[in-house]
Amino acid sequence: MRASLLAFAAWLLAMPALAAVEIDEFTTEGGLTVWHVEERSIPFVTLELRFRGGASLDPESKRGVTNMMTGLLEDGAGDLDAQAFARARDSLAASFSYEARDDALSVSARFLTENRDEAVDLLRKTLTEPRFDEDAITRIRAQIVSSIRSDLKDPSAMAGNAFDKRVFGDHPYSSDKSGTLESVAAITRDDLMAAFEDAIARDRLYIGVVGDISREELGPMLDELLGGLPETGAPLPPEADPQFDGEVRVTPFETPQAVAMFGQPGIPFDDPDYFAAYLLSTILGGNGFESRLMEEVREKRGLTYGVYAYLAGRDSADIIMGSVQSANNRIAEAIEVIRSEWARLHEEGVTAEELDDAKTYLTGAYPLRFDGNGPIANILVGMQIQGMGRDYIDTRNDRVEAVTLDQVNRVARELLKPERLSFTVVGQPEGL
Amino acid sequence: MRAVLTAWLAFMVSATSAFATPKDDVTHFTLENGMDVVVIEDHRAPAVTHMVWYRAGSADEFPGTSGVAHFLEHLLFKGTENMEPGELSATVARNGGTDNAFTSYDYTAYFQRVAADRLELMMRMESDRMVNLRLDEEDILTEREVIIEERNQRTENNPAALFREQKNAAQYLNHRYGVPVIGWRHEMVSLDLDAALEYYERFYAPNNAILVVAGDVEPDDVRTLAEEYYGILPPNPALENRARPQEPPQTAERRVIFRDARVAQPYVSRSYLAPERDSGAQREAAALTLLAELLGGGTTSYLAEQLQFEREKAVYAGSWYSGDRLDDTSFTVVVVPKDGVTLEEAEALMDETLADYIERGVDSEALERVKMQLRASQIYARDDVGELARLYGGALAIGLTVEDVQAWPDILQSVTEEEIIAAARSVFNKDRAVTGYLMSEEGDAS
Repeated sequence: MRASLLAFAAWLLAMPALAAVEIDEFTTEGGLTVWHVEERSIPFVTLELRFRGGASLDPESKRGVTNMMTGLLEDGAGDLDAQAFARARDSLAASFSYEARDDALSVSARFLTENRDEAVDLLRKTLTEPRFDEDAITRIRAQIVSSIRSDLKDPSAMAGNAFDKRVFGDHPYSSDKSGTLESVAAITRDDLMAAFEDAIARDRLYIGVVGDISREELGPMLDELLGGLPETGAPLPPEADPQFDGEVRVTPFETPQAVAMFGQPGIPFDDPDYFAAYLLSTILGGNGFESRLMEEVREKRGLTYGVYAYLAGRDSADIIMGSVQSANNRIAEAIEVIRSEWARLHEEGVTAEELDDAKTYLTGAYPLRFDGNGPIANILVGMQIQGMGRDYIDTRNDRVEAVTLDQVNRVARELLKPERLSFTVVGQPEGL
Repeated sequence: MRAVLTAWLAFMVSATSAFATPKDDVTHFTLENGMDVVVIEDHRAPAVTHMVWYRAGSADEFPGTSGVAHFLEHLLFKGTENMEPGELSATVARNGGTDNAFTSYDYTAYFQRVAADRLELMMRMESDRMVNLRLDEEDILTEREVIIEERNQRTENNPAALFREQKNAAQYLNHRYGVPVIGWRHEMVSLDLDAALEYYERFYAPNNAILVVAGDVEPDDVRTLAEEYYGILPPNPALENRARPQEPPQTAERRVIFRDARVAQPYVSRSYLAPERDSGAQREAAALTLLAELLGGGTTSYLAEQLQFEREKAVYAGSWYSGDRLDDTSFTVVVVPKDGVTLEEAEALMDETLADYIERGVDSEALERVKMQLRASQIYARDDVGELARLYGGALAIGLTVEDVQAWPDILQSVTEEEIIAAARSVFNKDRAVTGYLMSEEGDAS
C-alpha cells in the first residue's frame, strides 16, 4: 500500500502570507537615500552599506589593490592602531565586516542599542580616517599572499580562476580579485590611498538599515557617519563581453576528484524574459534536490555529491553558470549527462507540472528569505543596487506566476545554447 | 561555489555562539512515548523550522561500518511505505520550503524550513520516515556512490581535511571519535543494506528523538500536532543507554607529520584531550570556552597579539574549543608561520606562548571584553531562530537539558580568572595531546 501524501499536500498549496516588511524610504538632511525597516523587538541594529564598483575598479596593473585596501580598513583607524581599534570594537561587542566583491565594496555592521553612538563613531573612523600603517600593510600582504598560494593548489579555486580567465578576456572579472603574487607584492601605500578614494564615495552608495532605531534617530546618525565621504569616486568599469566556445578545457592537477565549472551566455535582470529564464534555470539546476541535473547526475547515476546551474548576474555581464565535481574516472560521464540535459531542455522544454512545481517553490521560498534583521538589511541594499522599487517585494511573486508554459519553452529554445556550453575542468579527468 | 577561504581561516569558529534565548520563549515537554519536544517562539515572520534529532551519530556505529550513520541519513530521503523515493523533498519544495539533514559524532538531524502553516505536513512526513523506511538494493548502490563523491569533495580533495582526519585518529586511542563521521573509504565502499537497516532499527524511535519547532507557532498547537503524529509511534523497548568505549588514561605524546604536494601553506596544529559539558557540571567547559577566546579567539587574543603583532612570526595563530560532545572532546591550538619561520620554530613559539599565558595569568580587561561579547551574543542570537533550534537540539542530543542550556550564559559570566588558569594547567598536558605538521612533500620536518 503506497498511499500518497500528495492529496493532503494539495489543499495546502495556497500562498503563504508574505512577511510584513514595511520599508521606510527617506532622504536624510545631508541628502542620503536610505531604506529602513524599524524592528524594535531586539535591541540592536544591522547596517548594510554597499559601494558600487568594488574590485572591478582595480587599475589594470594593480590587480588586488581594492581587496587589500578593504582588508586594511579595520586594521586601525583614526587615532587607534590595529590592536587598539579591535579592543575598542570588542569592548562594545559590535561587529564590522568589510568585503571587496567583484561589483561592490560592502560594509556590514551590527551594534547594540546600548552603545550605538560609540559603535557608529568607530565605524566612521574606518570609512573616513584610514591609517594604512606600514606594519599593517606588511601583515595583510602576507595573509593575502598566503591565501593566493593556497588557491594556486586548490582545485575549486583553480577551476573558478581558469573559467573566469577564459570567459572574461581582459575585463577585471577575468582574474581573481585578490590579485597575483606579483601584483600584490608591488602594491604601495599610495596605491592603497588611491584605491580608497576610488571606491568609497557617495555617488555609488546604497544604504539599508534594519533594527531598533527610528527614522528620526537614523537620519542624523547616517549624516554623521557618511557626511564626510567624498562626493565622487572612480568611473565604473565597462561592460564585459563573455566568450563561450563550447569546448571542454582541462587544467591538469593531481587530485582524486575533478572539479568542473561550466557556463554559457545569460540574460539581464531587466529583460522581459528574465523571470521565465529564472524558472527555467531553477528547473535545470536550482531548487535543491529537485532539479533535472541533480536527478540525472546524482540521484539516478550517483556521479556527484552536488551539481548546480544558475543565472549568474553581475553588473557588467550576465551568464548562466554551473559546477560539478566527480572522481577523475567519472567526470567525463557527468559532463556528458549535463550536455545532454542541456540539449534536451533546449529542444523539448519543460512540462506544465515542472513549471508549476518551480513556481510554488520560488513563490513559497521568497517570504522565507525575510527571516532576521541581517538578511532583510541585505535584501534592502540588493534591491536598490538592482534598481528595484520598494514595491518589488509585493509584485515579485506575481511576476513569477505570470510566466506561461509557452513563454518558458520559447526562452528555453532561445536562451539555452548547448553548442556554446563551455567546461573548464581541473584534475586528472579520464576520457576528456 | 568558489572556495575563497584558506584552510586555517575555516578554523576561525568563534566560541562566542554560546547563547540562549529568553526563557519564556522556550517551552519543553516530553510525549508519553519518551520523545522530547522543544518549542521556540519567534513571531516576527510567518515561518517555521522543524527539526528531528536522533541521539545517534557516527560514534554509535559498530566497528567496521564507519560512515553508516551518515549513509543512513542519505537513505532517509528514499521512500517509505507511504512515500515514493524523493517524495518528501519534492513535497517540501512544492510548498516553498527547503530541507536537509546532517550527521555528527553524537547525533543525526533532519530539518525543514517552511511557511508556518505547513508544519503539520512536515510532521506527517518526518514521523512517517522515523518508522516506515523502505529501501532496496538499487537505492543502496547509487547512494553509496554519492557518499563516496561526498568524501572525495570534502576530504580526499583537501589535504587539510586529510591531515585533520589522521590527527584525530591519533587523538583517540579507544573512542569512536577517532573515526571520521563520513567514514573510512575502505569501509564505506562495502556498506550494505543490512548495516543501514540495523542502525535504523537500533536508533530511530521516538524515545531516542528530539523534536524542535522554532518560529511562528504556539506551543499548545505544536503539542497537539506532535501528539497526533509522533505521539502515536511506539517506543523502542530495546534502546540502551549510550555507553560507548571510553578513553583509557593517555600517557604518551603523539606526533603526526602529514605531507601532500597540494599543501601551499604549512602549519602546526595541536589538540589536547579536554573535558566536555556535562549536565549540571558545566563550569570547567565554561572555563575552557573562555580560555579559547582569550588565548586565540581573534585579533585581540593572546596568541594573535604575541605571534602576529608583537613578534610578527605568524600569519595566523588561534585556538578553539567546543564542549558540545557527549564524551571527551578536544582543545586545539594552531600556528600558521610566516615565510621563513619553520614549523619547529612555530611549535616552539606555541609552547612558549602557552606557558607565558599560564605564567602571567588572565588579563582582566580582556576577560571583561570577552564576557561583554558573550552577553551581546545572547541579544544577537535572537535574530536567528533557526540557529537557536540547532542550539537546543544539539544540546539535548548530547545529554544536556533545557535548564543546562539556559544556565550556560550565567555560568560563563561567573567563571573566574583562577578557574580559567586552572583549566589551562589541567588541559595543556602533552601526554594527552597530538601535535601535527601539515607540510608539502618537499618540506623539511627534521
